[in-house]
Amino acid sequence: MKKPRLITGKQGLLLFAAAVAAAGMLAGCGKSGSSGQTAASGTTAAAATEAVTEAEAEKETKGETEAAETGTAVTETAADQEEVTILVAAAASLKNACEEELIPMFEEQNPGVKVEGTYDGSGKLQTQIEEGLEADVFMSAATKQMTALDEEGMIASDTIVDLLENKIVLIVPEGGEEGFSVFEDIASAESIALGDPASVPAGQYAEEALTALGIWDEIQDRVSLGTNVTEVLNQVAAGSADAGIVYATDAAGMADQVTVVAEAPEGSLKAKVIYPVAVVKATAHEEQAGAFVEFLQSAEALKVFETYGFADGR
Amino acid sequence: MDWSPILISMKTAGLSIVVTFFLGILAAWLVVSLKREALKMVLDGILTLPLVLPPTVAGFFLLYLFGVKRPLGQFFLEYFSVKIAFSWGATVIAAVTMSFPLMYRSARGAFEQVDENLVQAARTLGMGEWTIFWKILMANAVPGIVSGGVLAFARGLGEFGATAMIAGNIAGKTRTLPMAVYSEVAAGNMDSAYQYVAVIVVIAFLSVIAMNRAAAGNARRG
Repeated sequence: MKKPRLITGKQGLLLFAAAVAAAGMLAGCGKSGSSGQTAASGTTAAAATEAVTEAEAEKETKGETEAAETGTAVTETAADQEEVTILVAAAASLKNACEEELIPMFEEQNPGVKVEGTYDGSGKLQTQIEEGLEADVFMSAATKQMTALDEEGMIASDTIVDLLENKIVLIVPEGGEEGFSVFEDIASAESIALGDPASVPAGQYAEEALTALGIWDEIQDRVSLGTNVTEVLNQVAAGSADAGIVYATDAAGMADQVTVVAEAPEGSLKAKVIYPVAVVKATAHEEQAGAFVEFLQSAEALKVFETYGFADGR
Repeated sequence: MDWSPILISMKTAGLSIVVTFFLGILAAWLVVSLKREALKMVLDGILTLPLVLPPTVAGFFLLYLFGVKRPLGQFFLEYFSVKIAFSWGATVIAAVTMSFPLMYRSARGAFEQVDENLVQAARTLGMGEWTIFWKILMANAVPGIVSGGVLAFARGLGEFGATAMIAGNIAGKTRTLPMAVYSEVAAGNMDSAYQYVAVIVVIAFLSVIAMNRAAAGNARRG
């Protein structure tokens, strides 16, 4: 026998439609802010900013062609010239420095240009750019991803600058320092968090250093591979992993929750940890993207990077 | 191809469906036998929550409960010397949490479909509640419960967000099929990813077929 219903079928349908419409409006009106470290938020925010930059590009070209056709003065295009938004795809370890200081600084000095940032593992970003992410600037935590994109013809080669240098360190959760005094002690940890060497530069460097020290193979059965270095950092901070390898800059950013045990020993890394930056060839805002890359090389920008623990890599 | 993600996923899904099956039916029976409507609605809401929450949010809550620095996590660590975070057990916990609402709702729906008169008649005949549960409720609800079970199994197999948060991505230990796909795509190994995707699609397809056959059984009885 049928039970009395709280809402009838028709009412339910109307309610559902109203809810969907409301959600759609909220999503449309809401600002597409910079993305977090997880994949989901990374790709949806990137897609949203993609749409924004696409719309901006459309508006600009339309204004230009109109002026050319009608031959009217620049005033028409100047009147409807809205602000340009560029998308910077940068390694996760750069998020704090960019979001907290560099991007606000650049936007202040360049009114009319808005900078959106998407931060994730460099390998993931490389794949996204290959699959069509409309990034204007790319800054990776290793030369591998930049070189790969350059070889595919997706980077404006003459804009590549090896901007920063970083160091990798072994970290443990606050309070879990017992038994850890040198870098090699990572082998004694019961669970280890590292970046996935296939796509995360921090993981690449970790693999290189640990292989050079001869302990990479023996730890494999206890290593959880993270998709970006911030994830690794958080896993150690939460205590889920007993030890992990991240950048010195990341550890400094969470100094109250993780303890740095040691830096990678001298000579364990063949080359330094270099962060290159460049303009993406397919950018619709070459001028603004170039300006941003130039800005990052300025003395004041480098000073900011230094306060976050990066070193000048040039 | 590395077979470990498939093995791990089957082990995880296998154990989690057993746990979910019993928990779901028990919870459904509990809620169905409640008299007070308000309590029923609140409990139903709580039990269905993992279904409507994004898996990462559910994973957040799991980490909040079982994380190393949290009370439950500490409890397990101290009394059982078991660290839940980053263990294979965590994959099961995540899978159970996410698939439970499906089992619960299917079972509840199946139970509520059973003719009230049968239950009342059984009571007048002096059947005990436990006997009523087995011989009347369960017997008539089997098709709905079976399809719920298949759904829950598939959900547990496909669980990713919550698993990533609490179980980590340890090859050979907690890297389930969905996580393997994610890792391979992030690394740019599309071929490996395709292989894992093919396996998941086949399993999912078989699950849907099984579900339809169970539902057909339901129609026949109805």
